[in-house]
Amino acid sequence: MEYITPLWPAYPELFLLVMACVILIADLFISDDNRIVTYGLTQATLAGCALLTFFTGNAEPVYTFSGMFVDDLMADALKLLTCIAVITILVYARAYTVARGMFRGEFFALALFATLGMMVMISANHLLTLYLGLELLSLSLYAMVALQRDSVKATEAAMKYFILGALASGMLLYGMSMLYGATGTLEITRLAQLSLEGVRAQAVLVFALVFIVAGLGFKLGAVPFHMWVPDVYQGAPTAVTLFIGSAPKFAAFAIVMRLLAQALGADALFEEWRQMLLIMAVLSLAIGNLTAIMQTNLKRMLAYSTISHMGFLLLGVLSGTIDGYGAGMFYVVVYVLMTLGAFGVILLLTRGGFEAEDLDDYRGLNQRSPWYAFLMLLLMFSMAGIPPTVGFYAKLSVLQAVVQVGLWWVAVIAVMFSLIGAFYYLRIVKLMYFDEPRDNAPVRAGGDVRALLSANGLAVIVLGIAPQPLMVLCIEAVRASI
Amino acid sequence: MTFQEFIFWFFATVLVFAALRVITARNPVHAALFLVLAFCTSAGIWIQLEAEFLGIALILVYVGAVMVLFLFVVMMLDINLTRLREGFWSYLPVGAVVALLLVVEMALVLAGPWFGLAEAPRPEPAPEGYSNTKELGRLLYTDYVYPFELAAVILLVAIVAAIALTLRRRKHGKYIDPAQQVSVRREDRVRMVSMPAEKKEGGS
Repeated sequence: MEYITPLWPAYPELFLLVMACVILIADLFISDDNRIVTYGLTQATLAGCALLTFFTGNAEPVYTFSGMFVDDLMADALKLLTCIAVITILVYARAYTVARGMFRGEFFALALFATLGMMVMISANHLLTLYLGLELLSLSLYAMVALQRDSVKATEAAMKYFILGALASGMLLYGMSMLYGATGTLEITRLAQLSLEGVRAQAVLVFALVFIVAGLGFKLGAVPFHMWVPDVYQGAPTAVTLFIGSAPKFAAFAIVMRLLAQALGADALFEEWRQMLLIMAVLSLAIGNLTAIMQTNLKRMLAYSTISHMGFLLLGVLSGTIDGYGAGMFYVVVYVLMTLGAFGVILLLTRGGFEAEDLDDYRGLNQRSPWYAFLMLLLMFSMAGIPPTVGFYAKLSVLQAVVQVGLWWVAVIAVMFSLIGAFYYLRIVKLMYFDEPRDNAPVRAGGDVRALLSANGLAVIVLGIAPQPLMVLCIEAVRASI
Repeated sequence: MTFQEFIFWFFATVLVFAALRVITARNPVHAALFLVLAFCTSAGIWIQLEAEFLGIALILVYVGAVMVLFLFVVMMLDINLTRLREGFWSYLPVGAVVALLLVVEMALVLAGPWFGLAEAPRPEPAPEGYSNTKELGRLLYTDYVYPFELAAVILLVAIVAAIALTLRRRKHGKYIDPAQQVSVRREDRVRMVSMPAEKKEGGS
């Protein structure tokens, strides 16, 4: 029994796993008309999981499962946010999935298993569990993309996602195996303590590092490993795009922190991966922002915007300071908040058979629904980084962290490309407010979507005015965990 | 060269050859068979590394079950090879340059002094009565119980995904539900219609 004690840090994961299996079985006994019961059970599970995470949270890191699982402040914060994000996703996605026949038990089961995968990744203290969590998440996502079997676009997107994801996993595993060969351990806390003295040669570690960074680059969708992002974002059903684009970024941030900042954070290695991240970050900012200008499809445009946001995230990480890591975490939280809102508006405007994914579909939204146009305006301002929205503060804190370590030129480049990026965000605002609407179908939404979307849009401005509590939480979480 | 080294080089050479043929063979069935060869030779290398259980499991599970299934699928699917090869030559130059760079760079590191035999000394031979299988089983259910369970969850997701993606309920299928058939009542099938009797035409 000593191998699984203490068990309480893993209660949220255990609860989620048990409930996912229960829902999988219970769904068999529920008829199509009562599918709402499955939906309710799923939401209750996620809420329960969030509560459990909150009540089992603690400031000091606790290790369990023979040191393979860690429960620290960063893990608690990110898991809590992941649960909340998935709840929001399912609320936004309900009408869309009902209209397209995807409102089925498998959708919810896969969403729960994907959430479990994210939580395992966030709490991983061993490269093996980290990899298994990643596979659990990825497999669920591949299946969710392909769930609309009759859609050629979705099948193609799933295929691309699957093949490139498998390639990235292979790279990550190859790097990990090299790391194991050089150090003889896969446990992250032990890798961090090894420093470099007991290690045979640094060359082997750098060799491992190259593959690990490439694998992470694929999973984050940073240039030059970004080619799958636009196709998958566009091809997947919008509800699934929302899922792929939001919550998993928390887990991606967690594994970047655990692998690079924690396990391979020794000074000599830090210099190596900083160079690699620097190239990826600058290229992501450049290609993401420049290519987004040419897009006429909103989902594709947001995909390129994601790539540029990942560039900013990497900037925070590569500064290598606690402030920088904290700024990176803050950026991820803000990015997920904005993505949820933007895709929430897209989902709101869809109807049965109408996808609302072209930029032209947003012409004159202000005349159709001033409130949702205003929310979209807030979200676009925040993505562009215009004060007083929170996007401005997120970009500012990352840039501060970069300037603090003397990388002035990188900060200048980041600002330049953000300015270029502002063009395509503001173009949507212009379309919504100054153009005539193409169709005048009323915008209908259930009460839950209306309330949540409004809260989501307003959070962007509330957090922008008072970002300090969240910023403090992020910095404390990172400080307690690294 | 000792006998052991000879065995290693033999298996290693066949493994690399088979792996290359997997991706270059024109016939998918041949490629699958070369994959079987690759599995068998790597199992040989594993056994040489004193991982007997894993070596045998590789042959039993992968060669015996997975690849046989795979061969069936390959034979049943009608794969259009000409469409697969479309664009091969136009992508070749870029791909070849990238691959060549990668191979040269990797070779520079792997052929360097960091991967020699001196750097990885031969481990102590296992004591008498040491059971590889028992030791693996013990580790799986103690230190590695968490990843072991996670692997089980991944398999569950694979099952759910495979069923969700392939199970198709046909709307116009000829499927008959016995429960409904049994509970059929007379009123569902026969309708009694009372009609006024026709009067016989008089006179004929």
